[in-house]
Amino acid sequence: MGDQSKLMSLNLKIWRQPNSGSQGEMIDYKLDGISPDMSFLEMLDVLNEELVQEGKDSIAYDHDCREGICGMCSLMINGQAHGPEASTTTCQLHMRKFKDGDTIVIEPWRAKAFPVLKDLMVDRGSFDAIISAGGYVNCNTGNAPDGNAIPIPKESADLAMDAAACIGCGACVASCKNASAMLFVSAKISQLALLPQGKPEAQKRAESMVTKMDELGFGNCTNEAECEASCPKGIKIENIARMNREYLSSALKSK
Amino acid sequence: MFSKLFNHLNSSIIKKQTMGVAGLLLCGFITMHFLGNLLIFVGPEAFNLYAHTLTSNPLIYAAEAGLLAIFLVHIGVGVKLTIENNNARPQKYYMKQPTGRGANFSSSTMPYTGIIILIFVILHILGLKFGTYYETSYDGVKMRDLYKLVIEYFRQPSAVLGYVVAMLSLGIHLRHGFWSAFQSLGFNHPKYNNLLILISKAFAFIMAIGFSSLPIFCFYKGGN
Ligand code: HEM
Ligand code: FES
Repeated sequence: MGDQSKLMSLNLKIWRQPNSGSQGEMIDYKLDGISPDMSFLEMLDVLNEELVQEGKDSIAYDHDCREGICGMCSLMINGQAHGPEASTTTCQLHMRKFKDGDTIVIEPWRAKAFPVLKDLMVDRGSFDAIISAGGYVNCNTGNAPDGNAIPIPKESADLAMDAAACIGCGACVASCKNASAMLFVSAKISQLALLPQGKPEAQKRAESMVTKMDELGFGNCTNEAECEASCPKGIKIENIARMNREYLSSALKSK
Repeated sequence: MFSKLFNHLNSSIIKKQTMGVAGLLLCGFITMHFLGNLLIFVGPEAFNLYAHTLTSNPLIYAAEAGLLAIFLVHIGVGVKLTIENNNARPQKYYMKQPTGRGANFSSSTMPYTGIIILIFVILHILGLKFGTYYETSYDGVKMRDLYKLVIEYFRQPSAVLGYVVAMLSLGIHLRHGFWSAFQSLGFNHPKYNNLLILISKAFAFIMAIGFSSLPIFCFYKGGN
């Protein structure tokens, strides 16, 4: 495991909560022998292995791809969504960003619409509900259309692609002081509204997705851009402005 | 029919936009109020004649009612949004650290600077609009001597201090608020965004420093 002298010892403060109905609390753990080359999640794996060996309940946390593309990992690390590094998911954060002897506070995302399931795992099903409400394009079946039949300006395609980079992890909600989901919803609205295929339903889509978002108990944006700053994919709040336009015109024109 | 309209008005986005429009209208009001107040620097006659012309126009009652309504909408919607925002995170974080790349002092203190402004506005109206009625006349036309009232009022250092604190709060409120209203209304364009932020800062600065200069001028004018 490389140079032994570089191994780190850490003091961890981790939120433990047996299930959604119970009260949770912060528990202190001491962990030695952590390599700076480990990812943050690997560090938690080491802790979990120790806990299992001691016959204790391991710490539940979400993860899947561990390469920054699936959006499953989460965690508030020292009070920041996905930790201190910009444009980085928790799974891509490395222990070299911390120092030997550091105290690291680890909490789940906190929002009314993201109830804690266990320990550091929250239920992000509310995002799925918003997508189901309108985050798609209706199309008739038939022969596969020619991909290049509809001309799309390069700038629109680029902007749509930028919005589509959203992995739906929920860091925007977690970092927002109002637990607002507007960055997520606006990215999903934008990626479709910017393209000809998504245009016909753009306003209706904005209307139904925003209505669902409000229903689920997310807060209201106060335009502070903490979401943009903590988004691992760098989604811009320009998307929120686009959503605001789409919604306003839908509200004015819809019957 | 009305339920659909109500649903729209009650949506997160339209509430933000209503607040933004009301805020921008208030920005228009304070700009005019500031320009009018600058006549205090010119002298008693200019200021009193201006105030007399303004208040003797019968339309002033409609304008005042409109202004009150705008204030109430801004505050009412603001309170509702803030309560909803607090409810959206019932369990607070054990530790929460700003990224340093998003929120700033101005954006994170909006409800507090707003409350300071509200308290100020109430005291301001009680002390000046409903303050002592001095009389004067120019060319035989009798009118209220507001200039004298303003000078008397700002003889007290506490009045000057309160005024300056409120105006600095106003500036902090506007530093974020002015730009934020455009974002809420859907205007955020990469080419103009930096300019809009600059205008927001400049407007906030001019309002804070400009308004603050008035009571300080009066304080020294009043023989202190
Ligand atoms: C002359 C007085 C005022 C002016 C010119 C003004 C202006 C503004 C503007 C332009 C905004 C931005 C709206 C948006 O983001 O869409 C705003 C937001 C706000 N104002 Fe005011 N305002 C004034 C007084 C007040 C008062 C008296 C209160 C409360 C008692 C208040 C509380 C708020 C709050 C809570 C926000 C929301 C902040 C946010 O969403 O980030 N304001 N104001
Ligand atoms: S685990 Fe897939 S993005 Fe982090």
